[in-house]
Amino acid sequence: MSVATTATDLLTIEGLGHVYDGKQPFEAIGRLDFTVPEGSFVSIVGPSGCGKTTMLRCLSGLMKPTRGTVYLGGEPVTGVPRDLALVFQDYSRSLFPWRTVAGNVAYVLPRSMPKEERAARVAESLEAVGLGAAGDKYPWQLSGGMQQRVAIARALAYRPKILLMDEPFASVDAQTRAELEDLMLAVREQFGMTILFVTHDIDESVYLADRVLVLSKSPSTIVATIDVDLPRPRDQVSTRELDAFVHLRSDIARMIRDQSMRKPGTTPVLDEGGTAS
Amino acid sequence: MTIRPTQQAPADTSWVGVARRPRRDFRRVREFAIRWGVLIALGIVWEVAARLAGSLFFPPLSRVIERFVELWLSGPPSSLFFTEAVATNILPSLLRMASGWSIAVVLGVLLGVAIGRSRVLGDFVEPIVHFVRAIPPPALIPIFLILLGFGTEMRVSLIAFAVIWPVLLNTIDGVRSVETLHLDTGRIFHFDRRKVFFGVVLPSAAPKIFAGMRVSLSVAIIIMVISEMVGRPDGIGNVILGAQRTYRMADMWAGILLLGILGYVLNALLALVESRVTRWHRGSREGVS
Repeated sequence: MSVATTATDLLTIEGLGHVYDGKQPFEAIGRLDFTVPEGSFVSIVGPSGCGKTTMLRCLSGLMKPTRGTVYLGGEPVTGVPRDLALVFQDYSRSLFPWRTVAGNVAYVLPRSMPKEERAARVAESLEAVGLGAAGDKYPWQLSGGMQQRVAIARALAYRPKILLMDEPFASVDAQTRAELEDLMLAVREQFGMTILFVTHDIDESVYLADRVLVLSKSPSTIVATIDVDLPRPRDQVSTRELDAFVHLRSDIARMIRDQSMRKPGTTPVLDEGGTAS
Repeated sequence: MTIRPTQQAPADTSWVGVARRPRRDFRRVREFAIRWGVLIALGIVWEVAARLAGSLFFPPLSRVIERFVELWLSGPPSSLFFTEAVATNILPSLLRMASGWSIAVVLGVLLGVAIGRSRVLGDFVEPIVHFVRAIPPPALIPIFLILLGFGTEMRVSLIAFAVIWPVLLNTIDGVRSVETLHLDTGRIFHFDRRKVFFGVVLPSAAPKIFAGMRVSLSVAIIIMVISEMVGRPDGIGNVILGAQRTYRMADMWAGILLLGILGYVLNALLALVESRVTRWHRGSREGVS
């Protein structure tokens, strides 16, 4: 069942487009219009080099897009909003190696927070990602999957309304990846967050989400919006063997393959200014 | 949620290895022995050569060490065997060096962060920095004498001026090489300026800053001695110069020996602090995971 009909939109993207200036200007994002309903899990999947990272940088307010507006909770995003957190793909360069695991998590909390509350928040977040005992370790003493858990715990402690994730599990092995996927579903239940999850893994996008957006190659546009009606709670084995799952992933794979074979410059969707409705 | 118990296994082997330590200790002991063995051998060569040559200017090492102890280590037990000459000669030298070096480190780091973080400021200031630092500090002694007199102020400022450059340039370099992703992380989680400075920029640049501080320390000793050979007569530099002028060669060599020991000890102390503060740097470099 689609969440869009029952919930209000937390994140609204209107006519988003971005061109990197330079001697040879590069249009990373053509035109994106979509919404992320409150409480939903939305995946964005696309071929490699489809401007996913650029899009997330624009959505999170790290970068000002060339065109269009992003609204979070009705307010236009100008800087990085307080209600938003971003989990980067490269955990090893996002965590601070000079701080312990607990220190990394605690550092995003405001200085004014009382000591006990701070400790409780850190413990709760680390517990939620299954790292309750690793608080005194340093990130570089942990495996890749565990480091990404620390990054997730840090975002959880920050208590954002929406969590953006930039291919967070792209550099961990398949086993760890499955674990982390289930972890995301669990913490989403526990913390009641809205999640926008960018990935290039089609199975992952379907397995996790209520809705999948398929992006085209750069300049990226949305090729399809697919509501995922798979039952919850989801299970790594039984969900993935459902006919509905198999059909969804095949449909998306087909769309992405068509996108990859499309020659650049033959975009059927865009007009020059990107201002068309 | 399906659970895969095997998944826990690789993580456990990734905690810092305890098993590696004995071998490393053994290697350290061997390195230590080699290093000191060479030093002792050199000392023996000096001793023998000096006795054979019988030159006034090159007394045997045993005589130098004897004078060393007489001058500085033959005091009463109540003052840990240090003589009064330690308080009048060595301590002022060390204090001046410490203050000059500290001033340089604080100023160098602050200026370095400012220059490293601001492209505009960097463009304006960097050519000046590279020009001024190219001037050998001893050449500026006359100016410092005119401006600041013959005493402590002149010496401390000369030391500070001479040793600020390695700290400053290394800080600039360190600040510019802060991971962009670390800064982005700071922006995502709304770090204020203080948090960005103390939590991201300073720790990132710390390994390079420490490298600069160590270079500065060795330069500080040089400038300390030079500054004490002019102006009001006190300090280690003056001991050496005075002894040379009155043909007390063993005293002169004792002063030189003292400088060597001071340089070695101070550098070792700083290295100890450095390895404590930037332990994460080595750890993350070795890549345990």
